[in-house]
Amino acid sequence: MKLSLILFGMALLFRYARWRNPEFRQRLAGKDLKVQIKTQDGKQGRLFLFQKGRVSSRSGVHADADFSLVFKTAEVAGRLLMPPINQLQQIEAMKNFLFHPAGKDEDSVWFAQSVMTAISTGWKTGSAASDGTTRHCTITNGGPLFVYVKDGRIIRTTPIIFDDEDAPSYTVQAHGKTFTPPRQTSLSPHGMNWKSMVYAPNRLLTPLKRVDFDPNGARNIANRGLSGYEPISWDEAFDLVASEIKRMKRVYGQGAIAQSNGSHHNWGNIGYYLSAKIRFMNAIGTTEVHHNPDSWEGWYWGALHHWGGSLRVGGGEPFGTMEDCLKNAEMVVFWSSNPEATNGLYSGFEGSIRRQWLKGLGLRIVHIDPHFNDTAQFLGGKWIAPKPTTSPALALAIANVWMNEQSYDTDYVAKRTQGFETWRDYVLGDDDGIPKTPEWQETETGVPAKDVRALAREWAAKRTYLAAGGLGNTFGGAARNPTGSQWTRTMVCLMAMQGLGKPGINLGNMQMGVPHDFSFYFPGYADGGISGDLNNTALAVSLYQRMPQLATMNPSTQIIPRLKLPDAIIDGYAEGQVWDARTIEGQFSKAIYPKPGHSPVHMLYRYGNAILGTLSDANRYVEMYRSPNLEFVVNQSIWDEGDTRFADVILPACTHLERTDIGEWANAGGYGAHFNSQVNHRVIAFQSKCIEPLGDSKSDYDIFTGLAMRLGLGSYFTEGMRDVDWAKRMFDASDLPDHISWKKFIKKGYFVVPTEREDLRAPTAYNWFAEGRKKDVPEAMPLPGDYTEAFGEGLQTQSSKFEFECESLKRYMPDDPERPPIAKYSKSWEGPRVPELAEFPLRLITPHSRYSFHTQGDGKDSYLNDIKDHRELIGGHYYWIIRLHREDAKARDIADHDLVCVHNNRGAVICVAHVTERLLPGVVHSYESSAEYQPMGAPGASVDRGGCINLLSPSRTQIKNAHSMANGLSMVEIEKWDGTTTFIRKDPLTAAQGLNAEGAKK
Amino acid sequence: MKKWNLIKWNLIIDVDKCTNCNVCAVAVQDEHVGNQFPGYAEEMPKHGHRWIEIMRRERGTGTAMDVAYLPTLCQHCDNAPCIKKAPDAIQKRADGIVLIDPVKAKGRKDLVEACPYGAIWWNAEKQIPQHWIFDAHLLDRGWKEPRCVTVCATNAMTSVKVDDAHMARLVDEQGLQVRLADAKTKPRVYYKNLWRYETCFIAGTVSCLRDGQIECLAGAEVRLLSDGDVIETQKSDVFGDFKFDKLAGQSTHFKVIVDADGQTQMVDNINLDQSINIGEIHFA
Repeated sequence: MKLSLILFGMALLFRYARWRNPEFRQRLAGKDLKVQIKTQDGKQGRLFLFQKGRVSSRSGVHADADFSLVFKTAEVAGRLLMPPINQLQQIEAMKNFLFHPAGKDEDSVWFAQSVMTAISTGWKTGSAASDGTTRHCTITNGGPLFVYVKDGRIIRTTPIIFDDEDAPSYTVQAHGKTFTPPRQTSLSPHGMNWKSMVYAPNRLLTPLKRVDFDPNGARNIANRGLSGYEPISWDEAFDLVASEIKRMKRVYGQGAIAQSNGSHHNWGNIGYYLSAKIRFMNAIGTTEVHHNPDSWEGWYWGALHHWGGSLRVGGGEPFGTMEDCLKNAEMVVFWSSNPEATNGLYSGFEGSIRRQWLKGLGLRIVHIDPHFNDTAQFLGGKWIAPKPTTSPALALAIANVWMNEQSYDTDYVAKRTQGFETWRDYVLGDDDGIPKTPEWQETETGVPAKDVRALAREWAAKRTYLAAGGLGNTFGGAARNPTGSQWTRTMVCLMAMQGLGKPGINLGNMQMGVPHDFSFYFPGYADGGISGDLNNTALAVSLYQRMPQLATMNPSTQIIPRLKLPDAIIDGYAEGQVWDARTIEGQFSKAIYPKPGHSPVHMLYRYGNAILGTLSDANRYVEMYRSPNLEFVVNQSIWDEGDTRFADVILPACTHLERTDIGEWANAGGYGAHFNSQVNHRVIAFQSKCIEPLGDSKSDYDIFTGLAMRLGLGSYFTEGMRDVDWAKRMFDASDLPDHISWKKFIKKGYFVVPTEREDLRAPTAYNWFAEGRKKDVPEAMPLPGDYTEAFGEGLQTQSSKFEFECESLKRYMPDDPERPPIAKYSKSWEGPRVPELAEFPLRLITPHSRYSFHTQGDGKDSYLNDIKDHRELIGGHYYWIIRLHREDAKARDIADHDLVCVHNNRGAVICVAHVTERLLPGVVHSYESSAEYQPMGAPGASVDRGGCINLLSPSRTQIKNAHSMANGLSMVEIEKWDGTTTFIRKDPLTAAQGLNAEGAKK
Repeated sequence: MKKWNLIKWNLIIDVDKCTNCNVCAVAVQDEHVGNQFPGYAEEMPKHGHRWIEIMRRERGTGTAMDVAYLPTLCQHCDNAPCIKKAPDAIQKRADGIVLIDPVKAKGRKDLVEACPYGAIWWNAEKQIPQHWIFDAHLLDRGWKEPRCVTVCATNAMTSVKVDDAHMARLVDEQGLQVRLADAKTKPRVYYKNLWRYETCFIAGTVSCLRDGQIECLAGAEVRLLSDGDVIETQKSDVFGDFKFDKLAGQSTHFKVIVDADGQTQMVDNINLDQSINIGEIHFA
């Protein structure tokens, strides 16, 4: 009785939806289907007829249904179908075979999504603006956006301007002043650039197949990168890719399919690579291309061993440092820290206003960087310019002064640290006969000894914040070059000498540490999303309980360390230590490919952004793509750029402005805990589908759904949901419903999390440690089992103290010359004094790009092309920029705006020269991560004019016992470009040096 | 004239706060590329126009250097040379905003040359001169400020809608300047800290010998003389550094005198055609 009523109600719902819901009507169009809902004994049920855009129903069980949804009993059906739907009950019922679909998987998905569409009748996204546009919201890697749309077209995008209804902002008092941030969000250049990215001329608008690729005949693999493409239908594309997936498993077995994505994708918790992509890839079984801790390199492989923080990739606690720095610091030393260019990470220019407050206080500010960087330009202060890769020597000399002059915190060192004496013996030269004095460092760094002494004394005399790296206590900068792990180690050792965690003494650059209410739950992008993956995301921590979903697990445990992907494909062998953040010792395990009994990789599923421009010695990837070992390459991409044109089949994805998602600004979840402490307001957005997908492009979710249905996995992959239904589930799983209704949320588009009460703000990072208290900052790390003393007492290190001499390294490999138990300096293996590199005398530093973000924002004929310091138009082409010192330019007869060839044995890139005083002579500067790779002849054997600077960078890992990029520095030569387009690649420099063949082609 | 007619738009740009992030310039493209605002502006070409253009000035050499950025755009002059040249095609609104009529100004390439600020751009495809319109089309619909102001994260740009007397007070109080004041164009765009872009400095560092080591000499008295007169005195900082700034370029015969440890040293005949780092002055 009850079931029949519910089914009758469903029929009414369909009729209502057909009347009121255009999306539902659209679904009905062109779909003829008879759906039977029934009990397993066939005694009760109702037939739903979808025909010619109409919907009708008949009670009872009928023989002519195309598709049936079969419930074990009427009681079960009544319970599961009674609104509101209980998701936990639903998936438990699925797992326990209480109901099952009978019929085609695609019909199952269609019917379930149609039910969800009907339920969503009345949802209205966006709100009307005064000029006839509709205002939607979204979030990008460069900040949140209001997106104004009219007639299906994006008119404009702006930051989010808060209204009176939004929660008040925080205030901070320091030095008699009150500081409070602006009532709006901010945007980085690539965040402001999205309109031109959406409407870019190189958008992929239809599925494509390489013209000379025949899956049943000649594959012409050697033509990848050369041949053109022909459009194919989505049906053809899905069939082709699905049949290759099945063929791989049938012919080669588990492991044959590798999948690889960039480090970032469009913002949002549903469509993100750590969400829908993992869900799909786990469902088909893939060899994971395991990421190195890119951009954190030196911190993870270095500093981590001294102070713990494995779940922060070796970085430090962020809490309260912004306020503490303003109130208590007397000096700030920016050391390879350029937040004005890198925007911290994801956070627009949120930190800039706070650094402006800092500037207004008139503290002494020092910048240590071979480049007079944008933060130095903004804040002013003393510029100290060490040669690239030599900063560890400068740091040791500072420690040497403090030791000799007894100007460090001896009490703190005695009580809170361990192993100081061993390090002191090295720094003073008692163990190797070389005192690491300011004079000693001068020969390495080029910095006058007197400046180092003055800096060391001022630092010791003043409460000093050390801003190391882009986020102040981790990320980017010198951590990305060959001596990156040395540098981070010396950075934290210096702070431990001065009393890390005491008022005004900490690591930070005003980029993190905004006093939010961190207890308000909304998941970040790495908190599992819809991945179902309890092993490789943070899903198990909270979201799995809050948003029950079908679990997924990758049946293949074979992994390829990402930096060795070309070696794995070309040579069939690769090994490297993996990033395993659960504990310090996680990084000592080695992954070896192929894994015993697994198939080598024969198919590559590339997803997300172009990555050729972001990975070291990029020509190796060009060679990889043309290897006969790769029988099939599919690339699911938004734009036609970088390595997209090495695929056999291209699946056109839409941007996140053309699909639905949900997310919080700068909240990376488990990947970067408390990254949202960079932004001045926690902003959570319903990321509207602002416009329809351009051309025939589809959302990543719908592409995966289409493939999943070809593999019988549609119901499993979707759980019957559209992307918007997942967004609603995530909304319900968060703390949002206590503050805003779903309908209001999707209309208004965003919610500002109320700021934390001043008396409840998190204490300052490491203050608990400095004062010997139990840990009282709000972070659930390290793992409970990783404390040595009682839970919450001390650091993650074995001794629970700051370890100048690292127990982990002593235990693991005490004689490793590249990473000894104490922080030492050894010269970079890529440098001007390496004889084999003599013909490449210039040190090229390649920081994260200022105007674009990885490959997002660059290329694509975007607005950023017009920024004078991003690219420059010469002869009809937008060239990438290389900056060099006036003297270096003069010596090479190079003038401002000349086209030059930047080259070494690995590659050659045509850039436009900008002559400047902002660099140390002998140092040249160009950003990494161009989106474009444009060989002027055969790929791999010609010069590039796309600006792919990573063609020049070494593939060698920073230290042998790691899996770590060192692409922040390359030795190069530059000359005026004479028009030559050929380039003959010689053996990689790493091998030519004869120092270490690590990373070199075998 | 009614009182509200006197309230006019002005833009204040603080050179000290501009970091060359270019978000203002991209916001202009976002607003105008692909969008036509009849009566205000035709579509902006996707590339090649910089209605907001940021100029760069590097000063000094070695580690004694700095960099300033100067955002330039239509100055919405009260005595606009472009209006003089094309009074029919270019309108001065009551709120101070200058608008080039995209219809009436068609073919008037000569207007590009009329602007001493280089702020008029020629749209070759549509054969019209174009400029930054102060987002008049948005202000007229109730927006509170132009988009470049909204997106400027460091508050390097602020817009104020006040009467001219009020603005004159702000100019006075904040030491605002206009560019090319001699041209008597009466711009409505004012600059703060323009010295960072337009003036020069003399910098150097002082060192000494202590216990056989070269050290930075803090607290040395450093005097800057011009034609024999002391015009500024500084103490060297903890790094021994000093920097005399806001000096007019092209001036000559500067002299730096340093007194320390009872000794005096002098660097004479400094010709200041651009900012200069006179390097290390060492007291043995």
